[in-house]
This record gives sequence, C-alpha cells and structure tokens, in this order.
Amino acid sequence: MSEKKVKGTSKAMRGRRTLAYIVLVLISAMCLFWFYVLFINATRSKGELNNGFTAIPSKYLITNLHNLFNGPQPVLRGMLNSLLIAALSAVLCTYFSTMTAYAIQIYQFRGKQFIFTFILMIMMIPTQVTALGFVNLVRNMGLENNFIPLIVPSIAAPVTFFYMKQYMESNLPTALIEAARIDGAGELKIFNTIAIPLMKPAIAVQAIFTFVASWNNYFIPSLIIHEQNTKTLPLLIADLRASDWQKFDMGQVYAMIGFSIFPVIIVYLFLSKYIVGGVTAGSVKQ
Amino acid sequence: MKKKRTNRLNKWGYIFLIPFMTVFVIFQLIPLVNTIYNSFFENYKEGLMQIGPNFIGLKNYIKLLTNGDLLTYFGNTMIMWIMGFVPQILLSLLLGAWFSNPSLRLKGQRFFKTVIYLPNLIMASAFAMLFFTLFSEHGPVNAMLLQAGWITKPYAFLNHVWSVRWLVAFMNFLMWFGNTTILLMAGMMGISADLYEAAEVDGATPTQIFFHITLPLLKPIFIYVLITSLIGGLQMFDVPQILTNGTGDPARSSMTLIMYLNNHLYSKNYGMAGALSVLLLILTAILSFIVFKVTAEQSVDNGKVPAAKKHRK
Repeated sequence: MSEKKVKGTSKAMRGRRTLAYIVLVLISAMCLFWFYVLFINATRSKGELNNGFTAIPSKYLITNLHNLFNGPQPVLRGMLNSLLIAALSAVLCTYFSTMTAYAIQIYQFRGKQFIFTFILMIMMIPTQVTALGFVNLVRNMGLENNFIPLIVPSIAAPVTFFYMKQYMESNLPTALIEAARIDGAGELKIFNTIAIPLMKPAIAVQAIFTFVASWNNYFIPSLIIHEQNTKTLPLLIADLRASDWQKFDMGQVYAMIGFSIFPVIIVYLFLSKYIVGGVTAGSVKQ
Repeated sequence: MKKKRTNRLNKWGYIFLIPFMTVFVIFQLIPLVNTIYNSFFENYKEGLMQIGPNFIGLKNYIKLLTNGDLLTYFGNTMIMWIMGFVPQILLSLLLGAWFSNPSLRLKGQRFFKTVIYLPNLIMASAFAMLFFTLFSEHGPVNAMLLQAGWITKPYAFLNHVWSVRWLVAFMNFLMWFGNTTILLMAGMMGISADLYEAAEVDGATPTQIFFHITLPLLKPIFIYVLITSLIGGLQMFDVPQILTNGTGDPARSSMTLIMYLNNHLYSKNYGMAGALSVLLLILTAILSFIVFKVTAEQSVDNGKVPAAKKHRK
C-alpha cells in the first residue's frame, strides 16, 4: 500500500518535473532571444540587414565595430567615462557605507538609534524626486559637465549601508576589535585593517550592484552632462535614438547597442554566483 | 577606568558618520528642500521671457491637479505597470515554488537563475533602444513575422497605443521577474519543512499545499514585492523615454509621470517640476508606510518578518 503510494507520487513528480523543465527552457529562451538577435545583427552588414533576418552570424562584426569607433559618436570615450564613474562610485559607496555601518554597529553614542532609523527612512526617497534641487545645486556649484555630481553622492547610500549593517551583525566579532585596541591600534587603523578585510564578501556584492546601477544610470546624467566628450554610454544611446537613425548604417547601430550590453553580460557570467546570492541577502536576510 | 576609555573612543562613532551625513546633507537634503521651495513659486520661460520667480502659494499644485495631464500620465504609468506586474508575479510564484520544492529536485537551478536574472542588469536605455530597432517597421521582428507568413505587411508596433504599452510592459516584465522570483523563492525556503511534511502525510496535493500553506505564509513578502514594485513602477522612465524618444507617442499614451517631470525640467518650468516632485514624494511615502504597517502586522501573526527589515527595524 505505502509502496504503491510512493510509486504513484514519483510518477506524478516526474510529470511535474518534465513540465518544469519545459517551462524553464522556454522562459530562458525568452530571456536570451533578444540578445541573440542583437549579436547576429551586430555581425551583419547594412545590405544583409535589409534582406530580412537569418539565424546565422555573418562576418562583419569587426567592420561594424571599426565603423562605430570612427563614427560621429565618441563611443570609446563614452565607455571610458562610464567606466570611470561606475568604478569610483562603487569604491566610494562600499567604503563609506561600511564606515557608516561600522559607526552604528561598534560604538555607543547619543542619538545612535535615531540616526539609524533616520537612514532607513530616507531609503525610500526616490532620486527623481530631488532631481530639480539637485540640478539647481550642481549648476550653482559650477559642476555641470563634471563627473563629481555623478560620483560623490554615492557615499550616502542607505541601501548599501543597510546591507553592510546586516552583514556586520553576524560577521564582525567585537572581540577582534577589542584585541586590536589592547594592542594599541588607532580606531581608523582598526577599521581599515580589521573591519574592511572581514567585510570583503559583502563589499564585493555591493560593489557589483553599485557599479551596474551607475553604469546603467540615465536620468540624472542626462540632466547634468551636455558636452559630447563627457557623455556616458546611456546618454550616447539616447542621442542615437534621437538622431535621424534611419540614415545610419544599421549594422553600426546594433554594434553600438551590443557595445553597451555585452560587456555587462560577460562580467555577469563570471560573477553571477555573487550577484544572484546577493539579491536576497540584502532584503530578506534575517 | 575602562568605561572612561570606551567613552573616549565612542566619539569615533560620530567621526565615522561625518562622510555619510555631509554628503547626504549636500546632495540629498538641500536638493529636497530646494525642490519643495520651488514648488511654491511661479518660475518658467515663455519663449525667451523669464517669468518669475514669484511666490504663488499652492497654485502650482492646483494647476497640476486640475489640468488633467497628471491624471492621464498617472493612468499610463499604472496601466503599463499592471500589464508588466501581473504576468511577472504569476510566473515568479510558479518558478519560485518549483525552485524551492526539494522533492522536485530540479537540476541546473544555478543556470536557470542566472539566465532569468540576466535582463535585470542590462542597461535599460540600451535595452529599450534594442527593442526599438527590433520592432521597427523594417526591423527583424517584422522580417521574421513576414518570413513565417503570419502577416502580409509590416506592422508598425510603435504607432499603435497598445503595442507600445505592451512593449514597455514586456520589457519591464523581462527585466524584473528574475529578481521577483529570487525574492519569493527565498521567502518560500523560509517556510518550515515540517508544515509541508505534515500536509503531505495528510494527503494534500501539491496544488492544495501551494494555495493553503505557501501563499498565506508568503503574504508579508508578497506585499513587500508588490509595493516595492509599485514604487519602482511610479519611477518608470528609461524604457518608455528611449523607446518613444521622450514623446510618449502615440498621442502621449505611453508618457509616464517621470517623463512628465523630465519635460518640465528640460523646459525649465521649475514651479511645476517642484510641485510634481512633491506629489510623487508624498505618494511614495504613503506606499512605503503601507509596507511598514502590513509587514509589521504580519510579523505579529506569523512570528517573523522576512522582508520588512529592509525598511523597518
């Protein structure tokens, strides 16, 4: 009787498993299809692109990229700008968020609970809501077309702070800090040489997220950057969309889109373990 | 003696908070105050003439709330959000249930999770530009449909209200369902295995287990996902902005609230931009407050709060 039941369940389970695999394969195809078409089209010439779609890549990828780099848009410069802004944002954001979390976690001082609650409250203010004042401020400071307003604000990142605080609660033993104090180390030195190394896994996850968010950011840069040579990749994409794109060599347009998308995909494939794990850790971790 | 030394060290708590607080005050608090301040002034350009700034009290708000545009754009934003969110949450529940079900023993979970999360990291503006080219009249999607014989002449996806809205919703769906799946899955894994075993012993079917155990216990995280997605939906910008080149065409049917704000910022109508920002802030604050409330109540019911900690504590 019981054996029969187990057999029955396993048969039903097999059916469910097969269904799950079929759905998962279809969903994966739906996610990847667009990037596949992008890749194929980036390898095809203008003439080939006018002759409908084929599933096999052609051999014009290098030509398209060459045309793109010698085209009217400063694409390589744009990538360097994006890279610089995103990398500096990631470094500043993670270092100072860890420092802020460390202040709340390690020290006892008046107003601590209030500050903690306050930081959590400002977490919900969307950047778009303060954009007007931000643009006015940047103009008054004479920092238009400058990277500073795109990098420095990442120091005050409530979400990263909260993640760091959560991680510290279980991964930063106070005994170690006490021991270092007895050895006579200064507080800043303890933070840099003991806390930061212990926080490395959390810093890595948040550095990736901050980097990607900054790399993809479009709204704020579009309000601050107007000069061609200081533009980031999303702004160049927007320019491409606004231009008379039908006169463009379409192979070059696909190369440009691919140029903005594929580097992130390649980096993601190497780091996906940390990224997918990090999604839940920030919001759901107990 | 020791206490005194610790007290002396505790000033470092304040010192370590200086960078965050300084940057917060300069780049967030001052802009916020400035935005609110501007919302009470008439301040815009008419042709080459600068009007204002003149203090006009709440007139910007009255204008904003009565001229009808706000409601239209709010409606557009909500319609496109719902069209993306409903399929997203249904698919995420299904995938989450499969991933977190130990007796299903799905292989290749890492691979599938990696793939479904991938679109979330893609530059939204580049993704929208990609869809714009793919779905243009002479683009590959029309070419494929023609080659397959499903249509006889190219369909102008970007000239029809509902096809543009579906494209925006579909892109949002694609970019966010992986994230939602992973969050819901984590919530489902947090449900005690004993409950499932007890239900199985009682002879409950997988469907019954899903509707009578998983879903009710998932409620707090479900509401968390719902409201954070709604807050994100209100901020919808990159995708429709790039797809329609900022016009919200056809006939402004895909113009979102933030695109409206962006237009005011570009035309330097600071009074209206300020008032719109303040309304969005209030709306976001109310929604966030609901997250607090509901998850707090649920935590009393269930004895734990999976997601609420992000906002609470």
